[in-house]
Amino acid sequence: MADLSVTLAGVTLKNPIIPASGTFGYGREFADAYDLDLLGSFSWKGTTRDPRPGNLQPRIAETAAGMLNAVGLQNPGMEAVLREEVPNIARIFHGPVIANVCGFSLEEYAENCRALEEAEPVKILEVNISCPNVHAGGKNFGSDPHSAAAVTRAVRAATKKPVFMKLSPNVTDVAEIARACEAEGADGLCLINTLLGMRIDLNTKRPLLQNRTGGLSGPAVFPVALRMVWDVYEAVKLPIIGCGGVSSAEDAAEMMLAGATAVEVGAANLRDPWACKKIIEDLPGVCERLGVEKLSDLTGGAHHA
Amino acid sequence: MKKSVFTLERARRLAGDVWELRLSGDTSAITAPGQFVNLELPGKFLRRPISVCDWEEGRLTLLVKEAGEGTKELVRLPAGTKLNTLSGLGNGFDLAAAPEGAVLVGGGIGIAPLYGLAKRMLAAGRSVPAVLGFRSKEDAFYLEEFAALGAEVRTASEDGSLGTRGFVTNVLKELPDCRFVCACGPTAMLKAVHALPQITGGQFSFEARMACGFGACVGCTIQTKKGLRRVCKDGPIFHKEDIVWQTSP
Repeated sequence: MADLSVTLAGVTLKNPIIPASGTFGYGREFADAYDLDLLGSFSWKGTTRDPRPGNLQPRIAETAAGMLNAVGLQNPGMEAVLREEVPNIARIFHGPVIANVCGFSLEEYAENCRALEEAEPVKILEVNISCPNVHAGGKNFGSDPHSAAAVTRAVRAATKKPVFMKLSPNVTDVAEIARACEAEGADGLCLINTLLGMRIDLNTKRPLLQNRTGGLSGPAVFPVALRMVWDVYEAVKLPIIGCGGVSSAEDAAEMMLAGATAVEVGAANLRDPWACKKIIEDLPGVCERLGVEKLSDLTGGAHHA
Repeated sequence: MKKSVFTLERARRLAGDVWELRLSGDTSAITAPGQFVNLELPGKFLRRPISVCDWEEGRLTLLVKEAGEGTKELVRLPAGTKLNTLSGLGNGFDLAAAPEGAVLVGGGIGIAPLYGLAKRMLAAGRSVPAVLGFRSKEDAFYLEEFAALGAEVRTASEDGSLGTRGFVTNVLKELPDCRFVCACGPTAMLKAVHALPQITGGQFSFEARMACGFGACVGCTIQTKKGLRRVCKDGPIFHKEDIVWQTSP
């Protein structure tokens, strides 16, 4: 049986499969479906300091080979997560947890990372820099290298835990943003977040989502994510969590060959709650097919082939 | 929640764009009327959430209105088609919390879960008054089925071609003793019923665009007096006193 384990900035996962933030809540719904301990890790719902109700309905639209969401960072806020979700996570999952943290200012990012210092199950912080920067007129922190660097600097100084910056694909040159994060001491990168998109309702002739735009995810974005992981792997030395449209063990292997150390699975969980379990069960077969004893040997393999 | 394969046995057009689908499969996860199933359709990324009309061991009945591309294709699938299904989703109506004399109020395709509810209330020895509203006589369906169960059905139609002219609220006003409803239908109908001064309690079935159907994506969140609630997991049935009518969460 192949060795499926991978190591992210010193944190070892039993396999590279990680349910992606925003598709897995804080694990509760999936713990009712299967034993979460078979997962490498999971990335919890993007958490802000204050509770957020999220955007107006409707927030979901279907697309060809995917979906748009405009949930708008609905979450119960850091205090409630620490009080109610972290103790529950300790009961339902015994591996390393990735905490996705968001913020609307540099201070909030730092504060949210500090708040998780004592949260035992949390081994990696995944810093979502797709939140609007309220000090810069709502532009995303992740949309330019200077603000991405500023967030990285702020969170790096605020915590001892490894910080992975989650990058937006809605930029001209993702490698430039990646280099800016690396220069400020990021321990790793996670990419991609969703692609901005929209649908129009022909019955009302109005945008289908109340928020007008939403984030595209699902198989439709897989080739885009793969290309960006490739570009970032060429640009930096940091470990990469590849994310975007992964639906099968074969997709995960492609992500790793493009340069990912571990792989997040997002929208696939919403279509099939057992998607990650199936992908993990299929990994040994993929190792056999590709002729590797250690799955981690795939990482970046396509660059040298 | 259970993932299993259902087989489409028969699709029958009931009226206009409304169809009855009979399926066979494992219904063991379905525990209450008002719950829904989430059907995976060929070539569609998201599943289609469909309210359970009725079920028994091994048999499932759904009423489906053609609302878009997916449901249009669903009702035209050939008999024998296998459908990957998540079943037993949502909370369902709480029979124990509905007092004797509770009136079932449905509009259009919203009458679907009320059929299964009526059947179970009658089986429990309760009387089942029902008020069913449609656009017109031509759009009406399942009236014979409700009557065959033994429900006391009153109808309303917008053009007056069937029953009382107007809306289900016009019929409810003629029933001053009606204080409690179990309602499912368009949002405008739910709001109007909820606002009737005579109605002091009730269970209202909500609808929302959703991705997962089991509470993970929080795409279908609405605001309630108890805070944010997911239509798919905490609902789709909400109690009168908890409901807040706003589009905003």
